[in-house]
Amino acid sequence: MITLQNIHKSYKMGLNSLHVLKGINLEIEKGELVSIMGSSGSGKSTLLNILGILDNYDEGEYRLDGKVIAGLSETKAALMRNEYIGFVFQSFNLISFKNALENVALPLYYKKISRKKRNKIAMEYLEKVGLMDWAEHMPNELSGGQKQRVAIARSLIANPKVIFADEPTGALDSVTSFEVMAILRDINKEGITVIIVTHEDDISRMTKRVVKLKDGNIEADFAPKPLNNFALNGSGTYLRDKDDILLNIET
Amino acid sequence: MFDLDKWQEILTTIKKNKLRTFLTGFSVAWGIFMLIILLGSGKGLENGFENEFRGAAKNSLWIWTGRTSIAHNGMNPGRPVRFTNDDYENLKNNIDQREYISGRFNIRWGNQVTYKNEVHSFGIRNVHPEYEFIEALTITDGRYINQLDLDNFRKVTVISTLVRDMLFRDDADKALGEYILVNGIPFKVVGFFEDESQNNNNMRLIYVPISTAQMVFSGGNRLHEISMTIHANTLEEAQRAEENIRNRLAAVHNFNPDDRRALGTWNSFENYMQMQSLFKGIRLFIWIIGIGTIIAGIVGVSNIMVIVVKERTREIGVRKALGATPFSVVSLILFESVLITTFAGYIGLVFGVGLLEIISGIDAPFFSNPSADFRLAVSATLLLIFAGALAGFVPAQRAARIKPIEALRDE
Ligand SMILES: Nc1ncnc2c1ncn2[C@@H]1O[C@H](COP(=O)(O)OP(=O)(O)OP(=O)(O)O)[C@@H](O)[C@H]1O
Ligand SMILES: [Mg+2]
Repeated sequence: MITLQNIHKSYKMGLNSLHVLKGINLEIEKGELVSIMGSSGSGKSTLLNILGILDNYDEGEYRLDGKVIAGLSETKAALMRNEYIGFVFQSFNLISFKNALENVALPLYYKKISRKKRNKIAMEYLEKVGLMDWAEHMPNELSGGQKQRVAIARSLIANPKVIFADEPTGALDSVTSFEVMAILRDINKEGITVIIVTHEDDISRMTKRVVKLKDGNIEADFAPKPLNNFALNGSGTYLRDKDDILLNIET
Repeated sequence: MFDLDKWQEILTTIKKNKLRTFLTGFSVAWGIFMLIILLGSGKGLENGFENEFRGAAKNSLWIWTGRTSIAHNGMNPGRPVRFTNDDYENLKNNIDQREYISGRFNIRWGNQVTYKNEVHSFGIRNVHPEYEFIEALTITDGRYINQLDLDNFRKVTVISTLVRDMLFRDDADKALGEYILVNGIPFKVVGFFEDESQNNNNMRLIYVPISTAQMVFSGGNRLHEISMTIHANTLEEAQRAEENIRNRLAAVHNFNPDDRRALGTWNSFENYMQMQSLFKGIRLFIWIIGIGTIIAGIVGVSNIMVIVVKERTREIGVRKALGATPFSVVSLILFESVLITTFAGYIGLVFGVGLLEIISGIDAPFFSNPSADFRLAVSATLLLIFAGALAGFVPAQRAARIKPIEALRDE
């Protein structure tokens, strides 16, 4: 699905240049659930942005689904993102003047799907994340967890092959974090590749593979010890969310 | 390419961002509104001045005769000079710059006008048909004197609405076609006029065909006065025409061309030219202020568009991450701006024209009947729409081209 060969990336600031990624080699198969970890400033977001074609790289080769991603025009890149990729951001990035349903439906607008049809599909995805009753609400009327679930629904609606999530739980408390992770795991179970940047151990242990960055290099690449029995209500291995959806999170 | 979905997307954006919409729209609506009021006031001012100086403002020349005061070709001074119909024909046929021309014959005795028991004294003017245009008369009903009247020596008369009301009183509406007595001779009333120079003396008048008057009031072929309007672009041109006339008449009547007593003239050229340059001044003034208003509108719209794009940078980043192409981003912003400016321009147009409509009744000194050149206002609106689009295009294009990650990072 994703092949990185010797990826380099520097940021130029005036005369100085900051070498952030120093030759990353990485292979991620279709359907994997991967977390990228590392200390602050190690280049996690930089790497994820390159993977998501939000930013370009200086050197090396990046293949997404067999296609070399290099020197794309903004128009081509936009089409690639629309076709292959879903994003979940730490700061949600919902459009403030659109309600939950319209936010979720937006990627389909760029796929030229009719308003009626895309609203119907958006409703299905809102249902998937348990927010059907919140469809008409504006982002500022939603909690952080709800916003992130709307963002996840939005990232899914265009049927992407890969979901990139940069600290999707970074702004959430642990209960909501686990809810969000449960949804991402469900998505992964449907065969979508999910790549998550995080610096929380618990979160990374809910993924199947951890790639650890240090100073722009991959320091380690391993399968984490699964986080078992992480019920927060202290009674079982299931987490029950507000809208009464059973989240099966045993591994 | 009409894309309903795109317009729906834009309309939603407009609806949800009322302040932004208002600010963009306001500067356009205000600019157009001010422009229309300005154009209207300018027109009102021009109309007002024109009314105030009506009559005098025309490019007209009046000529009359007197006695010679300079010895000429062996003849002593003090010899009377007299116009005849030949002089009228002479000037009519030989002065290139002549526009309208008329002779005038004055009755030496009597100016009594009678209808039934109403007996009044009114001025009796015996003229050619073109006098109507020289004096800028308005015919309210019927007609003015025409060539057939002259050819057939018809006993017809055109009277002012004031004269009509005084003679006919309650029967004023039946006056057309009635006969009145002019110095005891019946004349048929064929028309009514009004003279807008607002001088009451010009309304206490009746007009009679000059040929008829010369016949019935035993005038022979005598003329007392010749008046005409002159085509001229400059004062010099007009004065040359006058000089030409003077020389021509001096040759015919054998007097010194410089003899101002033999031939008297009065002209409104200088007045006319002053009026023209005053109008030019007013128009220039309006243009300068108008262009200033438009520029202010353009700057306003441009500023707002720059701010709008800045404010939407993050949104643009999000849209791009979700698959928006640069083209779709630019067109979203531009169509929104065009939609708002078009609508706002229309509002400004409607309000401006509406206000002018309300005050169009005004007829104060130096200000009357303001009205705006609608085509100009529409062009100005189009210019503002274009400027808004252009002003939005540059930053929108830039925002659409940058990498989405930079747009998203924007705080
Ligand atoms: N646009 C930029 N211009 C210049 N330097 C940048 C830019 N973006 C990131 N950097 C620098 O690159 C380095 C890596 O940044 P990056 O955001 O990838 O780190 P990160 O691993 O995601 O850290 P965090 O855990 O704090 O999010 C940092 O030193 C950062 O200051
Ligand atoms: Mg980061």
